Amino acid sequence: MTQTTTTRSTCPYCGVGCGVLIQTQAGRITGVQGDPDHPANLGRLCSKGSTLHLTAAEHVTRQTRLLQPLRRPQRGAEPVAVGWDAALDEAAQRLAALHQAHGPDAIGVYVSGQLLTEDYYVFNKLVKGLLGSNHIDTNSRLCMSSAVAGYKATLGADAPPCSYTDLALAQTVFITGSNMAWAHPILFRRLEDARRANPAQKWIVADPRRTETAAAAVEAGGLHLALRPGSDIALYHGLLHLLLWEGFANAAFIAEHTRGFDALKDRVRDFTPRRTAELTGLREEDLLTAARWFGGATPTLSLYCQGLNQSREGTAKNAALINLHLATGQIGLPGAGPFSLTGQPNAMGGREVGGLANLLSAHRDLANPEHRAEVARLWGVPEVPARPGLTAVEMFQAAADGQLKALWIACTNPAQSLPDQATVRRALERAEFVIVQEAFATTATAAYADLLLPATTWGEKDGTVTNSERRISRVRPALPAAGQARHDWAIAADLARRLARHIAPERVAMFDYPTPEAVWREHRESTRGRDLDITGLSYAMLEQNGPQQWPLREGQHQGTERLYEDGHFATPDGRARFADVPFLGLAEPVDADYPVSLLTGRLRDQWHGMSRTGTLARLFGHEGEPVVDLHPQTLSRLGLEEGALVRVVSRRGQLVLPARAQEGVAPDQAFIAMHWGQEVLGGATENGQALLGVNGLTTPAFCDRSKQPELKHCAVRLEPAALPWRLTAMAWLPATRALALRERLKRAMPDFGWMSLVPFGREPDAAATDPDAARVGLLLRAGAHRPVGEALLATLRQALALDQPDVLAYRDPQRPGQPAERLLRLGRDAGGHEHLQAFWVAGDASGEAWLRALLQADEALPLPGRSLLAPQAQRLLGQGATVRSPQVCTCFDVREDRITAQLAQCAGDPAQRLAQLQTALRCGTNCGSCLPTLRGLVQRVPAAVGLTPAKSSTATRS
Amino acid sequence: MAFAGLHRTRIPPPTMTTTRLVIIGNGMAGLRTLEELLPLRPPGLSVTVFGAEDRPAYNRIQLSPVLAGEMDLDEVALRPASWYAEQGVTLHLDQTVVEVDRQHREVRCASGLRAGYDRLVLATGSLPFMPPLPGRELAGVMAYRDVADTQAMIAAAQAYRQAVVIGGGLLGLEAACGLARRGMAVTVVHLAPWLMERQLDRPAGALLAAALGRRGLHFALGAPTEALLGDAAGRVRAVRLKDGRELPASLVVVAAGIRPRTELAQAMGLQCDHGGRGGVRVTDTLQSVTDPRVYAVGECASHRGTAYGLVAPAYEQARVCANHLAGLGVARYPGSQTSTQLKVSGIALFSAGDFMGGEGCEEIVLDDPAAGVYRKLVLREGRLVGACLYGDTQDGPDLLRLIRAGTPVTTGRDALMFDPAGVLAAGTEASGAPPPTRPARLAAGTALDAHQALPA
Repeated sequence: MTQTTTTRSTCPYCGVGCGVLIQTQAGRITGVQGDPDHPANLGRLCSKGSTLHLTAAEHVTRQTRLLQPLRRPQRGAEPVAVGWDAALDEAAQRLAALHQAHGPDAIGVYVSGQLLTEDYYVFNKLVKGLLGSNHIDTNSRLCMSSAVAGYKATLGADAPPCSYTDLALAQTVFITGSNMAWAHPILFRRLEDARRANPAQKWIVADPRRTETAAAAVEAGGLHLALRPGSDIALYHGLLHLLLWEGFANAAFIAEHTRGFDALKDRVRDFTPRRTAELTGLREEDLLTAARWFGGATPTLSLYCQGLNQSREGTAKNAALINLHLATGQIGLPGAGPFSLTGQPNAMGGREVGGLANLLSAHRDLANPEHRAEVARLWGVPEVPARPGLTAVEMFQAAADGQLKALWIACTNPAQSLPDQATVRRALERAEFVIVQEAFATTATAAYADLLLPATTWGEKDGTVTNSERRISRVRPALPAAGQARHDWAIAADLARRLARHIAPERVAMFDYPTPEAVWREHRESTRGRDLDITGLSYAMLEQNGPQQWPLREGQHQGTERLYEDGHFATPDGRARFADVPFLGLAEPVDADYPVSLLTGRLRDQWHGMSRTGTLARLFGHEGEPVVDLHPQTLSRLGLEEGALVRVVSRRGQLVLPARAQEGVAPDQAFIAMHWGQEVLGGATENGQALLGVNGLTTPAFCDRSKQPELKHCAVRLEPAALPWRLTAMAWLPATRALALRERLKRAMPDFGWMSLVPFGREPDAAATDPDAARVGLLLRAGAHRPVGEALLATLRQALALDQPDVLAYRDPQRPGQPAERLLRLGRDAGGHEHLQAFWVAGDASGEAWLRALLQADEALPLPGRSLLAPQAQRLLGQGATVRSPQVCTCFDVREDRITAQLAQCAGDPAQRLAQLQTALRCGTNCGSCLPTLRGLVQRVPAAVGLTPAKSSTATRS
Repeated sequence: MAFAGLHRTRIPPPTMTTTRLVIIGNGMAGLRTLEELLPLRPPGLSVTVFGAEDRPAYNRIQLSPVLAGEMDLDEVALRPASWYAEQGVTLHLDQTVVEVDRQHREVRCASGLRAGYDRLVLATGSLPFMPPLPGRELAGVMAYRDVADTQAMIAAAQAYRQAVVIGGGLLGLEAACGLARRGMAVTVVHLAPWLMERQLDRPAGALLAAALGRRGLHFALGAPTEALLGDAAGRVRAVRLKDGRELPASLVVVAAGIRPRTELAQAMGLQCDHGGRGGVRVTDTLQSVTDPRVYAVGECASHRGTAYGLVAPAYEQARVCANHLAGLGVARYPGSQTSTQLKVSGIALFSAGDFMGGEGCEEIVLDDPAAGVYRKLVLREGRLVGACLYGDTQDGPDLLRLIRAGTPVTTGRDALMFDPAGVLAAGTEASGAPPPTRPARLAAGTALDAHQALPA
């Protein structure tokens, strides 16, 4: 038995910042567990975190990672390998040339909230201390900048005042603009624990959709405020009006610790319950209940995320929510406060080092000459530039306009995640020099790079991150870098030194760092005396005492759990500021031409642009393919059946997706997950315009203070998509080839009117299995205006081995309406039973959904394979063939039908029944991400008549 | 039998009350005509049958199983001589009719036997076509048509090891399989690029070749024969192909198609198609266009330009012919939608109608290589006009009924390949016509198993 090594590190997904224990054996990551000693998760991991080891499997790395520096001889060509020296020299020369010809404003650097603090620090120093501009921005701009601006505008500093421990101490929890059951599952687990311990804890969820978070609140007797999209400020002002009216204002707190209350009071006078109800679409009695809980059942904790931040008035939304806490004094107390949930693993760290276009190191302000001088002194440069740089959206607009000549993109995928993709693509095309520094070769952005620099990623990286509760954790390598990949900070430092030789030879030494710890020590020094002072912290202390919350000043031995407990805020006078903000509403209200509100959001088992989660078939078990969720009424109004293709058209672009009926989406709304970019979903309009994923639709309109775009909402119209020629192709493939094949198949997207390409199936747990024997599947679905050319189809068939001599075929090429081509590849199991290995249904695609279910089920075929070629096979077979029940538990692959059947056998109270269910099927016993769904099912599915609780309690003990 | 001697010496005089029917040919078509006629037999009809072979009628289709050793010769007999007597029918076996005097309405045999007639049915069948190959006169070169040929082949299989069958049609393949079953190494030499090209399209032909290849047959496809080579003793020793290959063979069976047997009809002055190669031209009541007293049925008849080489059309013709001979005069023969369905050593294939398609046709194809199943349906103007099935032929009869019905199958098109019975039922409902019931004849006609000579 090979020695197993365990490495303590941090999960690279959301901002909860869970600790993970990585198991390695013989140079391979074989497993991952939640770190029981990490204060964020106490041993738990969600469906994404608990499968991290699978994403680091050798065959995944080989198929999806960028493993050596590559250079594109010209745009659109296949990139060719170059050595690191050649790559970095070329980058330095070209950047220097542009710098000399056009000045520092010609270069934009766009980085990521997934970089470690050390990476971030070097990038920031490179731009502000060497290039001499502030044109560094990050995808945190799309995520947290409104939260930053909101905190700064009211509390004086970019610091979430709360801790995760507050979840258990709160009496009322106001979750607004967050589907934390899916987006921050481990925090939601903690919240569930809190309510179990304190059944009186009240949950209010404000969200236009009936999300799983909202449903969980309602099931527990809480409130779901299904407000009209964009009416958040009206809701908060209306609640403040009621809080004042109901006598919940904390006059003493307001008087002693705040400013600006009177102006705000004047403003909210108009937000009477009736008017608020009109503006938000909510019921007056619900508003009153919410206000009474917020002000009366204290302490009150607000948890919020992108629903507030991604808005053209995101700063105001944040501030208006914080107003409620200031007015009631619900801040600086255990269990109270406005707690912004961070989207990315290290958006916080990025802000700490000042890695944004309008920030300086350690929360310093660009506009403050003293701050600038401090930073210049620290770095040993005469000055740092004062003029704010271009923020994310502006940076790409400037490149699209030709002002910015070079883009250096690191650890992020703007061709998926930025709004208004048409402009982003124009920017990437127009920029003279594009560097993409990435771990994965599969991102949409990589296709535009002149130079591709391979970076390390989770499992290899070394440094620190800060989570939502200001807690700094170590990220440690369990493996050496894959291929020729290097750490992001090291690439930035190396390129900086080469660049400095061209443009400022005296600054070469600024980038001499032997280790990430050396970088971090310089960053630590920059925090001295600042609100986030960590001069008391060291790598050694993190090693010994575990993750720590800032501030942790020199001489202190422990971080700070909760801020503002003394009522002293981070403003010059120590008083918090009420924000008298107007209610403006949506950037793009619906109108007659674009009558539907498109909302975006996360899925439970995917993360961001999916360059990592998208490598795992099993993470497509919960949500299998890109769809647009519409209310059943909307579908019938369009005259469409569920599953029909819908063209979603905004002012900027369009997208084609199958429709799914969802009662949780209001009739004048549509929902598309934020993850669906061109990596999984594509196509082209009839005149050849490529469909650019969900963000081909979204608006670049941004908040004038935070510059965060309104990714959450845009106005669209819905049309039935007339793509009568359809293709569904699906195959089980060796896991060692499936992902590479997917990259090949992806290239066909522009040849169709619509194409989606997703993996499915279930990777075995890595520790035990031989990767060569493991199988996963690929599902390709496409539609076209007219029959697609044979040459293209032949390529696809060949790729899926559906051109082999043993393939079963049915062909009716001159079928009226649409041609029909149906192919099957069968295999036999050990028992000699036929299984469906692959199928292809082209032209007329009748019955394809049923075949999909049949293939995924991977069971012995109920009848000779040949009869499956019949377009109406399902009908011929009768009820024996049903579409597969949706997966609920990803960890143990438990589906709804089994759960429903089992629940009939479970009696007792809901908690007992859930426990019995979990004993029987194991669902929800690992990561727990499906627990909200399971609880919902427990409520909905009654026990069979005649079952007694007595019997079931025996089962519980067993 | 009591009158047998009389018939040999005396021609019965015509009377006002007697109609004399003579049937020339005691094969499957002639016998079936008789069988159809007997239940309808009008009073005063005398029937005389001449058969050239010396045995009573037998089921030619069963000769292949006999050759393959799966059946005995006695099992293939259809009606014993005693049956004719019981039915009051005069039977002359081993009597070759050499002349018919239409003026005097008299049939004359080589033996000198004569018979007068009022109605005459020609059911002379067909002869194997023997191409003009050098060496065709050598010993060991033979055709495959009747019991004698079958017996000769069985004997050769005991004495020799290597055989070549020239002709990869139905008959040739059955001969080849039979010989192989009897232990010979058999190569089938075929002119066309694939086997049974008159019944199968190329993919089905290829599947058949592969299946027969697995059973030990060898093939030379697209291979014209140049000559048959003999040894010193005058026995065939090899077949030489045009491409120069020489295939050793001590037995050469030539199965290169059939020709309607029309020398008698031509001598009678009856109009025959294609100078006789096409059969006796008949009307929809199976009367020859030249002389309405004379009928022709089976492989020797040419109806609307087609001489069928299959049993099903022959039986359909027999039924109409008998109806007319009985004086009922209500039946018409509109031509047959033929189908082929055969089992060679358990290989199922079926074809019907215009299965090759072509200009103006649409094809629907199903391919299941692992199971050895192939199906092609041909549509024209939304109607099923042809089908070619290999490996799984159970839907053949329903497809044939759909071809015959000729109703549009637009809505049922997707089900046609998988559930033709359902399409048939749905089509019937839609048209309001009564459901077509399977005619008894059809069942027999589509279950042909062997010895269906190729259409000329």
